[in-house]
Amino acid sequence: MSTTAALPDAPARFSLETHPDRYRHWQLSIEGDVATLRMNVDPEGGQRGDDYELKLNSYDIGVDVELADAVQRLRFEHPEVRCVVLTGALDRVFCAGANIVMLRTSTHAFKVNFCKYTNETRLGIEDASASSGLRFLAALNGTASGGGYELALACDRILLVDDRNSAVSFPEVPLLGVLPGTGGLTRITDKRRIRRDRCDAFSTLAEGVKGKRAVEWNLVDALAPLSRWDEEVGRLARELADEAPARGDRGVELPALEVAEEGDTLRYAHVELTVKRDERVAELTITAPEGAPATAEDAFAQGASWWALRAFRELDDALLRLRLFEPEVGLVLVRARGSAESVETTDALLAESDHWFVREVRHLVKRTLKRLEVTSKSFYAVVDEGTSFVGTFLELALACDRTYVLADDAVPVELGLTGVHDGVYPMANGLTRLRTRFLGTPEAADAVLARSGRLTATEVDELGLATVAADEIDWEDELRLAIEERASFSPDGLTGMEANLRFPGPETMETKIFGRLSAWQNWIFQRPNAVGERGALQCYGTPQSPEFDVRRT
Amino acid sequence: MTQIDYSQKIPNNVDLSSDKRLQRALEKWQPNYIDWWKSVGPTDFNENEVYLRTAVSVDRDGWAHFGYVKMPEYRWGIFLTPREGEKKIGFGDHMGEDAWEQVPGEYRNWLRRLIVTQGDTEPASVEQQRLLGHTAPSLYDMRNLFQVNVEEGRHLWAMVYLLHSYFGRDGREEADELLERRSGNPDHPRILTTFNEPCEDWLSFFCFTMFTDRDGKYQLLSLAESGFDPLARTCQFMLTEEAHHMFVGQTGVARTIQRTCELLNEHDGKDVREYGAIPLELIQRYVNFWSSSSYDLFGAEVSSNSANFFRAGLKGRAYEEKQGDHRALDQVFDMEMWDDGKLTKEEVPLRNAMNEVLREQYLEDCLKGVEYWNRVCERAGIDFRFTLPHRRFHRQIGMYSQGFFDPAGNPIDEATYEARKADWLPSAEDRAYVQSLMKPERRPGHFASWIAPPAKGINGQPVELEYVKLARN
Repeated sequence: MSTTAALPDAPARFSLETHPDRYRHWQLSIEGDVATLRMNVDPEGGQRGDDYELKLNSYDIGVDVELADAVQRLRFEHPEVRCVVLTGALDRVFCAGANIVMLRTSTHAFKVNFCKYTNETRLGIEDASASSGLRFLAALNGTASGGGYELALACDRILLVDDRNSAVSFPEVPLLGVLPGTGGLTRITDKRRIRRDRCDAFSTLAEGVKGKRAVEWNLVDALAPLSRWDEEVGRLARELADEAPARGDRGVELPALEVAEEGDTLRYAHVELTVKRDERVAELTITAPEGAPATAEDAFAQGASWWALRAFRELDDALLRLRLFEPEVGLVLVRARGSAESVETTDALLAESDHWFVREVRHLVKRTLKRLEVTSKSFYAVVDEGTSFVGTFLELALACDRTYVLADDAVPVELGLTGVHDGVYPMANGLTRLRTRFLGTPEAADAVLARSGRLTATEVDELGLATVAADEIDWEDELRLAIEERASFSPDGLTGMEANLRFPGPETMETKIFGRLSAWQNWIFQRPNAVGERGALQCYGTPQSPEFDVRRT
Repeated sequence: MTQIDYSQKIPNNVDLSSDKRLQRALEKWQPNYIDWWKSVGPTDFNENEVYLRTAVSVDRDGWAHFGYVKMPEYRWGIFLTPREGEKKIGFGDHMGEDAWEQVPGEYRNWLRRLIVTQGDTEPASVEQQRLLGHTAPSLYDMRNLFQVNVEEGRHLWAMVYLLHSYFGRDGREEADELLERRSGNPDHPRILTTFNEPCEDWLSFFCFTMFTDRDGKYQLLSLAESGFDPLARTCQFMLTEEAHHMFVGQTGVARTIQRTCELLNEHDGKDVREYGAIPLELIQRYVNFWSSSSYDLFGAEVSSNSANFFRAGLKGRAYEEKQGDHRALDQVFDMEMWDDGKLTKEEVPLRNAMNEVLREQYLEDCLKGVEYWNRVCERAGIDFRFTLPHRRFHRQIGMYSQGFFDPAGNPIDEATYEARKADWLPSAEDRAYVQSLMKPERRPGHFASWIAPPAKGINGQPVELEYVKLARN
């Protein structure tokens, strides 16, 4: 084995933005308060062109980008929708899961990012249900295997066609030697709470479980025969829609983000991302504008151009681009700038308003912060001259691995608290960032929450919110050394370390999915038993049978 | 439950009388099977005595025992071709190892799938053909239909035997479901599409037994090579019966052709419809439909399942011993790929092309039948010649289903295909015409207007024998 792996070529870029008018793989239709998302994957429409064929509604990242887009748009553009039916357009097959040839021919880094993204999409479905009351019905009109069933598991209810043939299955272990990597194993135990021995049997049975047993084991909620299929789907969709009130009657259209690429800089309206390739560092800056609407109605009137929505959509896009297209960037320096007053005004709305639109934006900010926390890069918040880390922007700093604060009276920085720190943006572990930070000293979190308004750098340091507070004389060196040192460490060591440290405290389904399952999955994906010359993933679909190294690790 | 004398009621060579597990499973299943037969089999003929062949043992004399029997009382037996010496696995990665007497754990699910898929076709065809008895063109043909039906029933028994004996609880459940799915039922259809197509007239029935049952023959031939010995031996015995089904199809179509040729000669080439026969062009369209629908049964041209089944030693090629390298690991198959509207040659790993290999063997076999029909035309001095459509024609499964092809396999555009379709496939008028001929002929030795009598009767009996006794006892 060679010790110096060749650095991979820069991955091909693709757009993470789309629109229902341009979907190649899904059909979105809306009737009253029920939307239907019909999966109809174009076999020739793979994101890498001709490299693989997306047969049997198998998916790649392009398919999932459309799904994520649809879920996002349903939340913002269609507040009248209360139930989404996820179903398939093919005969006898709902969805065959992630495309195996795509996985086999992807770089390891891409596979990890693919898994991560698809998990975020599914958690996004669950968040839409939990936070916005948007219910999802998986109407499995045929067999749902692997990722296809995992997609169903993300829904509130699962209806399976009873044609004596269609099944739900996790064929990954028996056929491919890998795991149902989109949260499948965690969801059958923790969400559907299926007995572990049955989960074990189910997850080793390539052809899956169908009919009455699928209901008995709680793998699905109900069955319906083909002759009553549409009727039953309609009835269940109605039932789910009636569980939660409509959020609004007029939506907010999400236009495409405007982004200018200038050399190594991406310039959005409120976000800027500059990649310094030589240093393997990226600078990510988010800026609040002068002036912001103070009422929900004004914010709603601004719609997608309300800065809070726009800025965090941009931040989300920038994070995804960093993950997918900048594999060599190891450290991201995060800065917040602009009007502290605007952030304070906006936070007052985000924390208090019951307006559906404001709430949707709040949840989008929450999801974006979470996206940062499961990105395998180191993040330093840099509170230096001209920055303004107040409220939501301070939460952004708390989401980073470290916070460097310039504490010098000669160069004041803006820091401050608003109403968003006590539960507006819960982390994946269910706690606030303050409670997570002060897990062993809850009184320290109480002390922060007891304060309000602007804080000086020294106060921030005393409250335990700064990792390093340095005066101007030390500042440059402190930061430079921290950056250079970070660059010298093993990227794998850092990824693992950060993933461990970012979620102290209680486990939730979400932390398990990312922390436990993704790690196992990604480990297995690297192992010869999966990807070696005779590994199961490598051999699948070829004339070769897999050969295993039988030693347990 | 009454005690059953198994050797009498269920002829077998699997030692049923001392196999408690199998007895218990069959005791539950057998009444359901009889219910199934009585409700969706040839229902209206359950009380009639039919001159049927029953397999009572695997000996030379035993497998073809003739006599009158009421179909629900038919003795559906369980037979495996006896083993000769020590059996070795003949292909795939396990080649040369001892054949499996028990299901190997690692392949249990694949094997069960194979058996269930094969098993599902057997009752399906009985269901598809259940009303044909009413329109039989003769008692001889009616008897052949019922013979095919009871043997399909026995083949279901054979697959159920394997499920019951070797697959435990889920094997029993699958066996139950074989009786629950129904051909053409919108809620729980049979597994393969072709077996949900209605078989509404006798020309369809003959084409079905010629082409679709011949697919069955090739599936059985490839399973008869299986490293799972009980499956191999079961299929070997089924093949002895399957031959009769193809005989029914091939000679049925031939007799239809012969009748048309006779009328063409008698009436100087006038439209034979005037005399209640079926034009040769129309027969060709039926041939095109049923053969192409049967091509689909072999599955996709490039298939990872087929590679898996071959490497695992579960499903070989037909006549594997005549093939070259039995591992077929490093060889390639020159596949004509249909890609972006073009045909291109591509090398595919041979194991992944096993569906196509089997389809090729099948096509050669079909061609012999077509030549047999052409000899009928030739002997009659009629210069019409039947052709077998190309494997690319009218496909619903596999890569060729993405394009449009004429019966010779040439790519054409959709508009041309639609314009010519009525020349190539049966139209509604064709079907209606054939249907109009479906009038029963129940006098012994008489035949409907559209079909010639056979050259000889069954089992050395005269053609005029009352093969089905229609007067109720």
